[in-house]
Amino acid sequence: MAEEKWKTGTENDYWVRSCAWSAPGCHPVGCGIKLHVVDGKLVEVKGDEEHPITQGRLCVRCLTLPEYVNHPDRIIYPMRRAKEDRGLDKWERITWDEAVDEIVERTEALQAEYGRETVIVFGGTGREGTLYGPAFASAVFRTPYYVYAMSGQACYGPRNMTAASIYGSIGYPEIDIAAWSPERYDDPEFTLPELIVCWGKDPLPSNPDGFFGHAVIDMMQRGSKCIMIDPRITWLGSRCEMVLQVRPGTDTALAMAVCNIIISEKLYDEQLVEKWVYGFDEFAERVATMTPEHAAEICQIPVEQIYAFARRYATAKPASIAWGLAFDQQFTGTQAGMCVMAMIFMTGNMDVPGGNTCGAGHRGFLGKWRVETQSCLPPGQFANRIGKEEYPLFNHRMFSASPDSFLEHFENDEPTKFRMGFFSSSNPVSPSNNNDPDRWYKMFKERFEFVVVTDTFMNPTAMACADIFLPLSTFAEHNGLVQPYYGGNMQYMGAINKAVTVGEAKSDVEIMLLLGRRLNPEAHPWATAEEFFEDHCFTQLGQHFSDIQDDVVYQLPYYYKKYEQGKMRGDGYPGWNSPTAMVEFRSSYLEDFGEDPLPYFKECPYAPVDDAPLHDERYPLSLTTGMRKYTSFHSEHRMIKSLREIDPWPWVEISPETAEEYGIVDGGWVTIENMFGKCNMQAHVQANIKPGVVVASHGWWFPEQEADEPNLYGNWKANINRLLPNRLCSPLGFGSIHDNMCCTIRPATSLEDGVELPCFPDIPQPYPHMGLIRDATNIDEPGTKVAAYDHYPQEHAKACE
Amino acid sequence: MKNYAMVVDYQYCTGCHACELACRNEKGLPLDEWGIKVTQYGPAVIQGEVMWDYVPVPSSACDLCIERIEAGNVPSCQLHCLAACIKVLPVEETAQALREYGDKTAVFVP
Repeated sequence: MAEEKWKTGTENDYWVRSCAWSAPGCHPVGCGIKLHVVDGKLVEVKGDEEHPITQGRLCVRCLTLPEYVNHPDRIIYPMRRAKEDRGLDKWERITWDEAVDEIVERTEALQAEYGRETVIVFGGTGREGTLYGPAFASAVFRTPYYVYAMSGQACYGPRNMTAASIYGSIGYPEIDIAAWSPERYDDPEFTLPELIVCWGKDPLPSNPDGFFGHAVIDMMQRGSKCIMIDPRITWLGSRCEMVLQVRPGTDTALAMAVCNIIISEKLYDEQLVEKWVYGFDEFAERVATMTPEHAAEICQIPVEQIYAFARRYATAKPASIAWGLAFDQQFTGTQAGMCVMAMIFMTGNMDVPGGNTCGAGHRGFLGKWRVETQSCLPPGQFANRIGKEEYPLFNHRMFSASPDSFLEHFENDEPTKFRMGFFSSSNPVSPSNNNDPDRWYKMFKERFEFVVVTDTFMNPTAMACADIFLPLSTFAEHNGLVQPYYGGNMQYMGAINKAVTVGEAKSDVEIMLLLGRRLNPEAHPWATAEEFFEDHCFTQLGQHFSDIQDDVVYQLPYYYKKYEQGKMRGDGYPGWNSPTAMVEFRSSYLEDFGEDPLPYFKECPYAPVDDAPLHDERYPLSLTTGMRKYTSFHSEHRMIKSLREIDPWPWVEISPETAEEYGIVDGGWVTIENMFGKCNMQAHVQANIKPGVVVASHGWWFPEQEADEPNLYGNWKANINRLLPNRLCSPLGFGSIHDNMCCTIRPATSLEDGVELPCFPDIPQPYPHMGLIRDATNIDEPGTKVAAYDHYPQEHAKACE
Repeated sequence: MKNYAMVVDYQYCTGCHACELACRNEKGLPLDEWGIKVTQYGPAVIQGEVMWDYVPVPSSACDLCIERIEAGNVPSCQLHCLAACIKVLPVEETAQALREYGDKTAVFVP
């Protein structure tokens, strides 16, 4: 039997202790899992009681892992298809040597003719591929074009950018769950929060960004109270002392009003603000323009709730705020985030036990390497990507080129420079993340001469356009590391320990090395994935990868009030990483890039209210999408029968009042439509939904249906992203409107009722909202420009010593 | 009559279905058969408030994982329950558990 501590049993019957990540997709929580292998086959899984975060608990996606790993439809060998057969289920098995030879040969030929940037690497969300996609682009293919093709990269990135704009560091403040301590909640350094606020975040089913959502339940069982802000009263909401059921897209108005109350009633820590906040007076002046009464009208909630919430949060000690994806997916979400950052800091809840934790200035260790791989590109090429003029901050800070700029460039670039697509764990034609899936689909079909997809199962994107399919291994089949928050605000790491081999599937890192060692050997000195991890672990953490594997979980020390101890900044001075070394309630960073440095609220142009400039009376309902169930991860898991048994069909939740008004019955099919598109889902008529709001599911396609085009696994039937246009991002290119659109609904006869296939109609271009985006900022309004900074980092740092 | 009972603190049952699949794995049950099933009442308006409860109910296939308990382990549903709101206890200890959990608690002897 092997010597590894993480493996016990006999050669033919053993258990492996590991941490879950992907595939199948999830965010990087690294839940503790024990994998039982008999005669080379994964036969069962159990939760790992010794894991400090999950303590034996597992969700249904891990509990059905053997069904996923051993599924008869999984692709476990490299496959090839003739270009003329794209869209048809006509694949042939090939060897890895043949696949790699063909990819290398085609890449080199296309790059010789059109330049290295002819290759675009597309990445998705959440999976391990999220970490490696940018390096696939810059190091393997030496192209600057890694594209996370979701408008405004409206997932995680915008909140990090907001955090960076306020205090200078990536890694948005997350609620403290003592993830850094083996003793967890019993650690004497930790304080149980009196109050937890879940704002635009439903952490229980989503485990967002690496946060084990049920930690909220752990703390409620120990006495914490909870408040939720959501258009729905979720199950968690039913256990909260208060739920503010705001109209989708109005969180900024609420957040400004809450800051206004906290400041005008002097419920903040004046000494803390005096010492560490830049631009407080201007911030106070700005939020004073949003009275609670006005916010109540905008949000459509009772004004008493706003007062009660502001006072409760400001006086509960400690209190934490879990701020979620809704901040990335509404029109002025950045500004809502600015207010939440201010709330956390001015009430003394930032970087304190039981408040919100924040990461130091450095990124996770693979983040550093990913940035360094950009040196494989010619000088200046990365900085000169498409989108740099329109969205300079996005271009400066993100691994992805701006997807909004990129799509338009892609469409108008004739003859195109972009001839090859490499899809790393991404299924963009399904309603997983991409707005305007019909437009992306058209480009993939028409522009690419050669397409490679890596995944575990065939999916609509691969079926539509791939020429080579590379089989990706599940986390049960490879070694690796889990980095919660992708390294951003990370308090532990988990080892992914290989338990089993299935067919010829390989991990992202193994595929990266296989291709990288042929296409760019200098940048890929590692022969194996294990060598790659050992090199990074040892040089960056001083740890051996094999030791982390043995321990399974590696918890990092956490320091509270880092900014007082010189632990936030790379130079070791006290203070924050912002240009002023302070927490910038007035963001000099945003101002430098042409955005209003103070928060403001604007309606989404299409919002169903009179104040919205493009309000269309045909679409009087608020549309919000992307809410999660336990049974899937975005567009994954639809082929897992045990999970489809629980959630069989795409669902749309509406209130009984709205259902009655539109003639919808519970369980009946519904067509959801707006000016951009339509789709069908099954009605869940529920009393917990705010009247006038349509909560539509995402990620639906139907692996059991015909694969061949035009059906494409029913990809166009329940595709909610067809209702979401590109280019409704912020003036700086961040965020989108997945939670903040409009629609109407009507009864439908079936999933198929009235479905239109992509016919590439002449969508009015530019979209009507294009001209409004730049107007969305307040930057040119009189009285909002302010003189240069009155604090400078070194001076301030010295003053604080 | 069994010597053990299942106590569910359903104030905290989040409806995650982990118990259902953890049990199916343990007992090797086919699709459409459950050893424990999460029942649901709500979201509904009761006396002007939204009420929403999930209660996992063991079926006739549930033997409270007596073999696991005797081997020093906890039952599969209890181990995997994301909200840690299921406990299988000796019958004599259930009264104490009910007092600790307070409102919204159920006891099953399947």
